[in-house]
Amino acid sequence: MEAVHPASGVATVSWLLLALPAFGALVLLIGGRRTDKWGHLLGCLTIIAAFVIGLITFINSTGLAVADRVQELHLFSWIPVNALQVDFGLRLDPLSLTFVLLITGVGGLIHVYSIGYMSADRDRRRFFAYLNLFVASMLLLVLGDSFVTLYLGWEGVGLASYLLIGWYIDRPAAATAAKKAFLMNRVGDVGLAIAIFILFANLHTTQYSVVFANIGKLSPGTITAIALLLLLGACGKSGQFPLQSWLPDAMEGPTPVSALIHAATMVTAGVYLVCRSNPIYDLTVAGRLTVVFVGAITLLIGCIVGCAYDDIKKVLAYSTVSQIGYMMLAAGLGPFGYALAITHLLTHGFFKAGLFLGAGSVMHGMNDEVNMRKFGGLFKRMPITAVTFGLGYLAIIGFPGLSGYFSKDAIIDAAFQQPGWQGWVFGIAAVVGAGLTAFYMTRLVIMTFFGKERWRDLKTDDGHDFHPHEASPVMWIPMTILAIGSIGAGAYFSLGHRLADWLTPSLGTLQERSAGPLSSTEITILTLVLAAIGVVVAILTVGRSAVPVERPARVSWPVRAARANLYGDALNETLIARPGLWLDRALVFGDKFGIDGAVNGIGILFRGSSGRLRKLQTGFVRSYALSMLGGAIVLIGALLLVRFSG
Amino acid sequence: MNISTAVSISGSGFPWLLAVILWPLLGGVIVAFFKNDARLAKLTAIVFSLVEFALTLVVLFSYHASGARIQLAGSADWIASFGVHFSFGVDGIALIMLVMLGGLTPIVLGASWQEKLPEGRSMAGFFSLILVMEALVMAVFAATDVFLFYVLFEIMLIPMYFLIGGYGGPGLRRQYAAVKFFLYSFLGGLLMLASAIGCWAYVESVTGTGTFDWATLTRVVSHAPLGTQIWLFMGFFFAFAIKAPLVPFHTWLPDAVQESPVGVGVFLVGVLDKVGIYGFLRYCLPMFPDASKTLAPLVLVLSVIGVLYGSLLAAGQSDMKRFVAYVSIAHFGFMGVGVFAFTSQSEVGAVTYMLNHSISTGMLLLVVGMIAVRGRSFKAEDYGGMAKVTPLLAGCFFLAGLTTLSLPGTNSFISEFLVLLGSYETQPVYAILATIGMVLAALYVLWLVQRIMTGPLRGKAFGADEPLVGVTGGPGAATDPLGRAKSMISDLNGREKLVLAPMVILILLLGFYPKPLLDVVNPSVGATLTSVGVSVDANQGGN
Repeated sequence: MEAVHPASGVATVSWLLLALPAFGALVLLIGGRRTDKWGHLLGCLTIIAAFVIGLITFINSTGLAVADRVQELHLFSWIPVNALQVDFGLRLDPLSLTFVLLITGVGGLIHVYSIGYMSADRDRRRFFAYLNLFVASMLLLVLGDSFVTLYLGWEGVGLASYLLIGWYIDRPAAATAAKKAFLMNRVGDVGLAIAIFILFANLHTTQYSVVFANIGKLSPGTITAIALLLLLGACGKSGQFPLQSWLPDAMEGPTPVSALIHAATMVTAGVYLVCRSNPIYDLTVAGRLTVVFVGAITLLIGCIVGCAYDDIKKVLAYSTVSQIGYMMLAAGLGPFGYALAITHLLTHGFFKAGLFLGAGSVMHGMNDEVNMRKFGGLFKRMPITAVTFGLGYLAIIGFPGLSGYFSKDAIIDAAFQQPGWQGWVFGIAAVVGAGLTAFYMTRLVIMTFFGKERWRDLKTDDGHDFHPHEASPVMWIPMTILAIGSIGAGAYFSLGHRLADWLTPSLGTLQERSAGPLSSTEITILTLVLAAIGVVVAILTVGRSAVPVERPARVSWPVRAARANLYGDALNETLIARPGLWLDRALVFGDKFGIDGAVNGIGILFRGSSGRLRKLQTGFVRSYALSMLGGAIVLIGALLLVRFSG
Repeated sequence: MNISTAVSISGSGFPWLLAVILWPLLGGVIVAFFKNDARLAKLTAIVFSLVEFALTLVVLFSYHASGARIQLAGSADWIASFGVHFSFGVDGIALIMLVMLGGLTPIVLGASWQEKLPEGRSMAGFFSLILVMEALVMAVFAATDVFLFYVLFEIMLIPMYFLIGGYGGPGLRRQYAAVKFFLYSFLGGLLMLASAIGCWAYVESVTGTGTFDWATLTRVVSHAPLGTQIWLFMGFFFAFAIKAPLVPFHTWLPDAVQESPVGVGVFLVGVLDKVGIYGFLRYCLPMFPDASKTLAPLVLVLSVIGVLYGSLLAAGQSDMKRFVAYVSIAHFGFMGVGVFAFTSQSEVGAVTYMLNHSISTGMLLLVVGMIAVRGRSFKAEDYGGMAKVTPLLAGCFFLAGLTTLSLPGTNSFISEFLVLLGSYETQPVYAILATIGMVLAALYVLWLVQRIMTGPLRGKAFGADEPLVGVTGGPGAATDPLGRAKSMISDLNGREKLVLAPMVILILLLGFYPKPLLDVVNPSVGATLTSVGVSVDANQGGN
């Protein structure tokens, strides 16, 4: 762990990173309709300005000696009660600055894209206010210097996510999805909160620098408990097993939201939390193993369900669940994987945001239709979208040379290099996931951009013909920039360990070993072969034969299970939702007729049950009360008179 | 008898504290005379309440957090032979309550400006009673004589009884609620009186002279044998557990809030109920430290049950006022946990929770009232899709909801976080159970917000019980349902904005910069803890 230095130079104004987007949100929310005309511009400007400040801080930091790169900036005392001293402070280190660039960079692009995407919405200004609120909270989440400031940002992004998932308030499905997201996140938050309580009870601080310096003094059991509770929080925010089912539902929000919040940034906060807490996870083998398990299970769930959906956004959402699974798996490998997780997080930020924006462009041209069975042959109608989307597609399936090839392969490799059974289990899970990813993504691309133009024979929901068209430049320019990132980012980060070295002051040195059953070359070949099989199978199933517009109802049970999210929702419903409802009804009944009934019963016993007596009783209390009031006033008045006249 | 000591009210000359107590009383009396001129009555009342707020601020700024435990003290003999005094004084905890009440009253008056009163009731009477109640509650918080506290504790019920029974919902039901409220509280008070007399007798047996002076009682009774302490504790405990209310002494509260006018409901949950938690802190802990520690598990169990039970019940209510009442029961549970976990963080959390709950739940109830004025119903199922028609009202409702579920960044988070974090140190099991309340809070708040604000337009507000949009071809489906709805109900007006604005500002301000509040409360909490024999953890500032 590097020593912590007080912020100096340009880092002292890094509070502007938070203040600018927050200011934008405040102006747009308080200004209301008066700011409708220029609100979206203010929103974009504040984010771009934050990006510039982030970039300057970053460049400045790269100029420092490695040992000086972890800085803290104290802003004000937030919650001071004796031993508890929570400051509102920022921690500027390679990890947080990397996130700052991701958040403001991708955030800025998506802000610009939203100008076009939301142009028809009469509440576009409010949309930008929420987006700004999100960016401010997300920056606080990564920049905060203690677990409590992280928690503040953590819930702030949850709020923004809630507001944006439920954006289309007419749709009951949107409201339900927003509520589900918030609730499942709160379940995770309980874990995060209790972890903070344990840290405070044992170390009397919540600040990273002090916690990390002293964490070794705690008993191994306590450390593991903290690690598992933090993981629970991470699972909620990042849509990991068993709290994964809110993320696909969150696709009810507008597509730029899905790209920014539910793909590139917020949902990766769990990975950030685990990596940020690396001194804690370094000390607990059981904690790390659980993280790897969660990651491995989630990546498979995401892949399997992703294969069965026809909704373009839901497929991408399950893909996100699965890709974050990869990141979690990597993070759980500890010193062998923290940097790999962050690398994949960044490349994923590029290509998945690009894919979502592409999907949004398709929807924009297709009258907000999301069912891929109604698409087909769109390549000719929207070539820019198709090409940028195609590059994102090649990146995610790990086509050699593109982003995903470097970042995902590194994770698969590290998983296989685990000693003993772990290498086999986790390695195979990761590599099978790669094959499945290739399958469902190829299926998606073929159904959308190639084959028969199925939309020609269909009508939109309000009874018009489809007129697919390319999006405006304000939308395709951000898509192009993200596509460039999808091509080059992986190589840039990974070759020569550029990113891992930069992150060393935050995450420690990236370690490598070859303890596993296969060599790195064998693993790369295996991955490519499985991915190729996935592509070929997809071409054979949806590319060679016509895609029915109606979803086939008679399918085998694995497909049925996948369509039902592997029964995750059904399980929630039977185990939690329904018993909860029954309990609630029973309690409401019990309160009325049990406790209150007993009270009223005693009352009746005392006064008899006749209505006349009851009236008497009322009259009694009233006259009693009146006389008491009168008496008291007279008494007080008289006493005061005596006292103050004398 | 001794006049010179009797009027030695305050060292600084003018008896500000006495002024704080008497001023609204005077206002109440004057306003009562304007029976025939509602406008004059209302204006007079609000002027009085604003001046009163200024007075409480004077008290706030003349208080020195690092000074003596009880400040601005003054005393006058009342029943000398029994050692009963009119004595008042404030510590940091009482001070916060005074300022809160001072600030809340003008807001409640402003919110009740166009209250539809039952037949035959005048605005003058309504506002007059509110001011009288303000005066009495101020006195309750400032009393430093246990007998005086008891008397005020009971007298304070009277204006409240009339406010519920005279100005609330339909005749028989409001009578029922008022009587229930009165009998519950009165009974608790009687038990407290018995205990107070017991304390007096104990002091007399030890020192030779009986007294009700709070400082003397805490000094002497706190050394009584455990058995004695437990008996005496129980009397106070029942009074406060009914007032706060803890489950299972709570059933009067939902009825009382449901039948009260909204402004009165705010007083009930926001102020009157705080006397219970305040009583635990000010009387139970310092006077009966051993009993408090011995019986802490009892209170903790009831409090945690309150958190979970109140939350679940809130989720099951369809009446929005009852909803607020059950939410409050859950929040009182948190406060109870904080008080009886005996750490400085949990204790400061509980004290600030008293203030923050008044702001957050007060705002929630006021906004509920504003919704009901538009929709002519307190039933949640009578609403839907309001956000599109009244975006500002929806925003305020949502913010009130967020602070109710203690979202970080709002005032309530600070308190709830301190309560849970502090109590985890000494009572991890209870703290973890109470933390589940966080999830339930999200459940019930979002349920209500979504029911009313999102989805298709529906409700009596729009002259239709059926959804207005989504119905195709029916007579209710106008060509522009949104425009029609907007012509029927309006968003917040100037008065309503003025009422809610201070609450919105406080919610965010105390969420991001609670330090001044914490600094005022902390020394008094430290003194309370010391009296229970808990050494306060030192500030390890800066680490």
